[in-house]
Amino acid sequence: MTGSHAGTTRAPQRADKVVPAHHSTESSTHPVASEEDLLSIRHAVRAATLHAGFGIVDQTRVVTAASELARNAYVHGGGGTLTLDIVRRLGTTGVRLTVEDDGPGIEDIEEAFTDGFTTGAGLGHGLGGARRLMDEFTLSSTAGRGTVVTATRWNNRRAP
Amino acid sequence: MTTSDTAITSDSVDSGARARVTEVLRANADAIADRWVQLQLEQALLGSDLTESELHEEADALVAALAAALDGDAPVRRLAYSDRDLNRIVTDLSLRRARGGASPTVTSLAVLALKQVLLEHLRGATRESDELLAAAVLINQLLDVAGALSFEVYVEGREAIIHRQSHQLLEMSTPVVRLWRQVLAVPLIGTLDTARTQVVMENLLQAIQDDEALVAIIDITGVPTVDTAVAQHLLQTVNAVRLMGADCVISGIRPPIAQTIAQLGIDLSTILTRATLADALAAAIKITDAPGPDGTDGR
Amino acid sequence: MNGHPSAGVPILQLGDVLISGLLNELDDKSAMAFTEELTQTISSTGARGVLIDISRLELIDSFVARMLTHLTTTARLLGARVIVAGMRPPVAITLVELGIELSGVETALSAEQGLTALGWHRAAPTRAGEAR
Repeated sequence: MTGSHAGTTRAPQRADKVVPAHHSTESSTHPVASEEDLLSIRHAVRAATLHAGFGIVDQTRVVTAASELARNAYVHGGGGTLTLDIVRRLGTTGVRLTVEDDGPGIEDIEEAFTDGFTTGAGLGHGLGGARRLMDEFTLSSTAGRGTVVTATRWNNRRAP
Repeated sequence: MTTSDTAITSDSVDSGARARVTEVLRANADAIADRWVQLQLEQALLGSDLTESELHEEADALVAALAAALDGDAPVRRLAYSDRDLNRIVTDLSLRRARGGASPTVTSLAVLALKQVLLEHLRGATRESDELLAAAVLINQLLDVAGALSFEVYVEGREAIIHRQSHQLLEMSTPVVRLWRQVLAVPLIGTLDTARTQVVMENLLQAIQDDEALVAIIDITGVPTVDTAVAQHLLQTVNAVRLMGADCVISGIRPPIAQTIAQLGIDLSTILTRATLADALAAAIKITDAPGPDGTDGR
Repeated sequence: MNGHPSAGVPILQLGDVLISGLLNELDDKSAMAFTEELTQTISSTGARGVLIDISRLELIDSFVARMLTHLTTTARLLGARVIVAGMRPPVAITLVELGIELSGVETALSAEQGLTALGWHRAAPTRAGEAR
């Protein structure tokens, strides 16, 4: 992967937040405060990917990315929340994960994306790996003020 | 954000106009619907599939929904989106036309043709020019957005079809063939990109599981160029095959591509490579024979 | 939790080979308990080979991947060879995209092939020729 600079990859082409009324958007927020939460988050994310009609490989990608991000927030960020959205745009459906924590934040974002980077209990692949599993990925962090990661994967399957 | 200043002011200015337009819609529902159908037929604003009775049904529903939506107090500019019934009717109508083969422009023009009908009827309801103007502005606001919605729905429907077709095309362009007992091959032809490599990887791995294949050959004789990204994808595929417990052979690396790979500094040294598909098959058979005698298949 | 938390994953012994299968889901605690339990069993039985069937496992994230690598290394130090068998295609794809190669971990397509690789069939001389 090209070591593009921190923050965004493949920024959304259109403002998919402006969802016309004939599109519904479902959203749910889950706590990330214990190891048990990680498990129930995986279940919730799996259900959302199924709902969005994802194939089995994309399901696995998104659930794995959620697991990585949630664990990051739990281990490094001292807990937080994961918000799950079903999003729609022209012709396709996506699942968006927003993981927020109130932890110490990340000082060197570029470094945090490097495989093998770790600040705590040894989860080197968390961020960079999760970014590769998703279509869109943004991270914002202020040292001392926590971290917000937003990651979306679009359904490329569109089974009839 | 959505109830912008303009929406509020124009709405409050036009509350009289709103009532007037609603009244016109109610009082002349049948005439308006009929005239709209007539205009669409005249101006050839239709695809092929619609019968006249369907058109009338559609028109009646739309006129009724417009009146009902205007009766509320949601901002006029948003009604085509915010009013559930109106939104559904415009959406359905647009999709029906898209399927019938009408173009998106013609489809939204059909919705906009309703403006003309409403203005005609409005002229019968009032002679006051201020009132006429206010009502005309309101009709424009309402139907312009409905026309835009119609366009959007149409494009979206098409987009979904294109999406599905391009995926089907990908599936077809990456066949996994069985060359030998427990040996599979993917002959890749044409440019490789991320989407395509992902489909190759998915199909190949699934076939390995289904066939319990021990060796997968990826033949890139037909791949014109290899850049860093493609080489990475190939590496990923090889690694995924290994994780499943099978071996991978890459064949057909032509000299220019071999040079590129060397220049890019990509290490393929841990990967089994062969010049031709035939050589790769020979190597694959050797691999499957190795554990064979006392292993999986008896003798 | 008590002193020896159980992962709830059965570990069978067949000759000098240990066989275990992970279920569709593995939480962190169970993963660690499993590592602990398997390591203990290898050392107490003197097993030479370990087969871990993961054909039902639906997800391997970096934590579980790390556990598998760790387990393989530990077992090797104790004189046992570990084979991880039956990884599902979506799991394999996700792992490589995640950037994890599980280097050093031996894999097999199925439990049967894994056992063959561990030479287990030799310990069962009377077995009638397998169908298929």
